[in-house]
Amino acid sequence: MPAHYTPTAKTLHWVIAMLIFGMLGLGFYMTGLDLSPTKLQIYSWHKWVGVTVFMLVVVRLAWRVTHRPPALPSHMAPIERLAAHAGHHLLYVLMFAIPLTGWLMSSAKGFQTVWFGVLPIPDLLAKDKALGDLLQTVHLGLNLLLIAILLAHVGAALKHHFFDKDDVLTRMLPRRRA
Amino acid sequence: MKRTALALFSALAFASSAAHAVEYTQVQADKSQIRFGYQQMGVSMDGTFGQFTSQLRFDPAAPETAAATIEVALASIDTGSEEGDEEAARKTWFNTKDFPTARFESTAVKALGGNKYEVAGKLTIKGTTQNVVVPATFTPQGTTGVFDGTLTIKRGDFSIGEGAWKAFDIVANDVVIKFLITAAAK
Repeated sequence: MPAHYTPTAKTLHWVIAMLIFGMLGLGFYMTGLDLSPTKLQIYSWHKWVGVTVFMLVVVRLAWRVTHRPPALPSHMAPIERLAAHAGHHLLYVLMFAIPLTGWLMSSAKGFQTVWFGVLPIPDLLAKDKALGDLLQTVHLGLNLLLIAILLAHVGAALKHHFFDKDDVLTRMLPRRRA
Repeated sequence: MKRTALALFSALAFASSAAHAVEYTQVQADKSQIRFGYQQMGVSMDGTFGQFTSQLRFDPAAPETAAATIEVALASIDTGSEEGDEEAARKTWFNTKDFPTARFESTAVKALGGNKYEVAGKLTIKGTTQNVVVPATFTPQGTTGVFDGTLTIKRGDFSIGEGAWKAFDIVANDVVIKFLITAAAK
């Protein structure tokens, strides 16, 4: 019986994946808009979902640290294993750093986040235009890196499934009950 | 003789103190400020107007004779972002091209006791004039006095934020304006 990820790990993986996909689209779209009430609404939604993703990532990190995932398949060469581990570690770092830089940027630009309009999120930084602009560049840069790593991540999963024909992809999918 | 001299001296002292009224008229722009605050989708935002002129005449012993006018250069707005500043100048907002200044002109000042006052006046923004009453405090600080007033207006009354911005769901209707005017006595 091949080992699967825990249902919790699977749920976190796919929920966060869908949210990140949506956030990337929203983020790139919204920065191109002219100022309008709609733009302000979209920015708010982007920040609210960002806070949500950040909280889910914290839960996910805690779960990962306490629950060892299935071992990599035996056919993988050392260099491939290194790439897999490096890629996953980098994804965890980016999933944590990207919302964090968004939070810092918003504080530095003087726009406090009030989560879904109800929970004020403290500004970690005082208003500082130069710092805000810098954080914006960092946030963008990290997102471009994320897109690159995600392409590699998805590509690798498909390679394992269609070329290696191993269970790397299927063990992250919901298990069909017999 | 002594009593007469004493009486005369006291009368003179009294008369001179009554004649020497303290009038605050020299506004110190570098120690004065106009701030505004509003809600944007539940988040408190604030800004300032960097350029304004103010004429003031205030004698604490005779508050009902006081007069104040403040003229604000609306293009000097600082909303906290360049994008916001550019937007605020537009026709749908202040329309600074056609209405470059906002003006407050007092019509009556009432002393409420302590250092509290009520300044009634006319506020004109974007071609609309409204009668307003500004609660204010006056605090003497050595040779200067600080006037601190807070006024809440409804931006809708002045057509500030038209078209897509007319609804109050994104930018709320209430705007709190805080005047801090420091003036030296003559």
